[in-house]
Amino acid sequence: MPMQFVKYHVRDKYLKTDRLPHIWCPGCGIGSILNAFLLGLEKANIDPDKLLVVSGIGCTGRVAGYLNMDTFHTTHGRAIPFAIGLKIARPDMHVVVFSGDGDLVTIGGNHFIHAARRNNDLLVILVNNLNYGMTGGQVGATTPHNAITTTTPYGNIEDDFNIPFLAAAAGAVYVARWTSLHVRRLAWSIAEAFHRKGFRLIEVISQCPTTFGRRNKMPNGLDMLKWFRDNTIVKHNADLRETRIELNRKIVIGKFIDIKDKPTFEEQAYGLVEKVRGVKRGE
Amino acid sequence: MENRVEIIICGFGGQGIVRAGYIIGYAAAISEDLESSFVPSYGPEARGGECASRIVIAREKIDYPFITTIDILITMSEPAYKKYVNYLKKGGIILYDEDLVELDDRARIASKTYGIPATRIAEELGNRIVANIVMLGFFTSVTGIITYEGMKRAVEVGVPARFREINLKAFDIGYSYGEKLKKERESEEPLRN
Amino acid sequence: MSLEPGTYFFSGNEAVAEAALLAGCRFFAGYPITPTSELAERMARRLPQVGGVFIQMEDEIGSIMAIIGASWGGLKAMTATSGPGFSLMQESIGFAAMTETPIVVCNVQRAGPSTGMPTYVGQGDVMQAKWGSHGPYEIIALSPSSVQECFDMTIRAFNLSEKYRVPVILLMDERLSHLYEKVRVPSKNELIIINRKKPREKKGFLPYKADDDLVPPMPPVGEGYHFHVTGLTHDERGYPHMDPEVQESLIRRLNDKIRKHVDDIVEIDTFMMDDADIAIVAFGSVVRPSIRAIKLSRERNIRAGLIALKTIWPFPDKFFEDISSRINTFIVAEINYGQVVREVKRAIGDKAKVLLLPKMGGALHTPEELLDILMREAK
Repeated sequence: MPMQFVKYHVRDKYLKTDRLPHIWCPGCGIGSILNAFLLGLEKANIDPDKLLVVSGIGCTGRVAGYLNMDTFHTTHGRAIPFAIGLKIARPDMHVVVFSGDGDLVTIGGNHFIHAARRNNDLLVILVNNLNYGMTGGQVGATTPHNAITTTTPYGNIEDDFNIPFLAAAAGAVYVARWTSLHVRRLAWSIAEAFHRKGFRLIEVISQCPTTFGRRNKMPNGLDMLKWFRDNTIVKHNADLRETRIELNRKIVIGKFIDIKDKPTFEEQAYGLVEKVRGVKRGE
Repeated sequence: MENRVEIIICGFGGQGIVRAGYIIGYAAAISEDLESSFVPSYGPEARGGECASRIVIAREKIDYPFITTIDILITMSEPAYKKYVNYLKKGGIILYDEDLVELDDRARIASKTYGIPATRIAEELGNRIVANIVMLGFFTSVTGIITYEGMKRAVEVGVPARFREINLKAFDIGYSYGEKLKKERESEEPLRN
Repeated sequence: MSLEPGTYFFSGNEAVAEAALLAGCRFFAGYPITPTSELAERMARRLPQVGGVFIQMEDEIGSIMAIIGASWGGLKAMTATSGPGFSLMQESIGFAAMTETPIVVCNVQRAGPSTGMPTYVGQGDVMQAKWGSHGPYEIIALSPSSVQECFDMTIRAFNLSEKYRVPVILLMDERLSHLYEKVRVPSKNELIIINRKKPREKKGFLPYKADDDLVPPMPPVGEGYHFHVTGLTHDERGYPHMDPEVQESLIRRLNDKIRKHVDDIVEIDTFMMDDADIAIVAFGSVVRPSIRAIKLSRERNIRAGLIALKTIWPFPDKFFEDISSRINTFIVAEINYGQVVREVKRAIGDKAKVLLLPKMGGALHTPEELLDILMREAK
């Protein structure tokens, strides 16, 4: 049978299809993660008109631009503070931050921990491809020890951030980690997180064969997906001291934190308005 | 009042110098419908350091809102007195806490000096923090730039509500002290010089 | 409750905060910095009273990005800072200019560079306000010289930012921020409040297609416009478009929407300029000793006048071109080592003598210093 291209996809309605094809490399994981996000959105029954998506800069930062919703492609590292202002202005909307590891926990690391501490009501999808992909594969704060990158040609002498541990310690109310291979679990997790409130983090480890895999003996997307298949272990509520990513150890994935009743920043800020004015909002 | 009067009130941080400056400025601008400007001393210092408020009061719109020479020096500490007396205009006026400041020869440049034990009076009232308001009452009486009612209104606005009563009492005592002193001076006046 | 009309006794910081609330500001994000902390403190107390939100961010970059986000969420928003924080905000000011986001940034200038003199006056951020972010863009910068102007110009800053969808920088300085003066708050009828244009219809709406005034209507979120905002070069759809022609037309429009409305934006105060042949050019708190110096010089029969710049960016080129034939000497008094003087020279060319009277920071020019140079140059 001759190969046929799909003309219409069931989730096209969520995409600005006139912007396709996307910029991501063959074998990249971001597309699968975006698909899981749309699945999660559908599962959670979220009206896309009530959803605002904010990205920073980088490969994952381009996600916002492909979504057929109100979307924002901000500056490098600053998606979270932008989203904080947006959510405060429109507490009735769902605000999702969809960005990469370099953007969210390296250049933007300080905003990340403070938003978690404040419990700003944001769902953060953090795609961790273990390096800076768009700029050519440099080391990041998420690159595992000993990994080869273009700026660690002799191997990374630094340790990486253990992102779930960091987020939980800073106060995140929902923390989960999946990989781009675990699409169903990821979609389910995204759907669940949509129905929580407060600072929610889903880390998604993703393959970047072009810049990371190539230099670390996994030159194809498939090689990296096999790595995810063979070297991950699902461990819900894991001890977060054990969730660091190391090249020669099993990567712990699962749902680690799920706190349901912590008041958000926005609830408290508008609660303050009511308290100070002595009236209910809208009166 | 002359067209433009420049006032410095100074002392230690914690004596309510900034608040007193604000109240004078407010009284002139709002209670009396004069023009005024007020600049608090502003620095990293907190309590204990030197502190000064600078106020300009004028009948017309103030072009230059900062101090050039001092017409009235109100001082609640010796170091502040020593620092600012050098900038006092010839024929200016000095108001001082007589328990805390000892005037020296330089005070002769002033046409008049008025002493009041403001801090002691405040302590007798039960809170030394109101010494600044005792001084404001005294200032109101002896200078006559701001009316009694006008300054009293400014004190009401300028102090925290829970301390209003004691401050108004302090203001009245300072004012009466000034009135009494003026009467005594008037009766002495022919004998001076 | 916003402020009732009447007469108040405010510091510059307080006047900016109260005026912002009156202009409709309902979100403030900031980071503590001398000498503008009192502004944030007042906003923290007042915003909940008017139904708004104050947030203290982890740094100045977070602060300005939060107000940009809030502006897209439909709120009028501002931040306030001083030199070091203003430096950190520069990238985001470029982002706001590129995405045409209305925001107000109050920069209370202190003596720099670097930490400099945190509690003392400076005016060294004039060029940074215009050129601080990378790339060719235009912003608006206003410079008040009294507490009343702090109040009035804050309202104007919000109006201009909404009208032109551009960051407006309120270039204050430390002397004004801590100076208390009488402020007259206008009645509701006198108050002019401008709000951003909204799209007229959703069908066929292009988020970055400008009207004749070169300003595109700003779509609200959550109403199905499905618009995209990006700091990348973008076409009228708002889509990233890496094409020199798209860049050309976008950047021309972003700059021209300000340049072509200079007459609407620029405000200048003059004092005794009718018969003057020598002029002081000043802005911010330096205007105050300058007025005094002009009065003193007139007593000495020197025909001096004052040009007080209330709008610094866009620079009032035309005003200086027009006036340059009547004036022999311009003395530019500023608390830096020569910034506005470059603009005055550029605008005037060789039609008159332009001198710089600099102060390096920490103090204003005294009336006497200004009088001295007037007397020297008038001969």
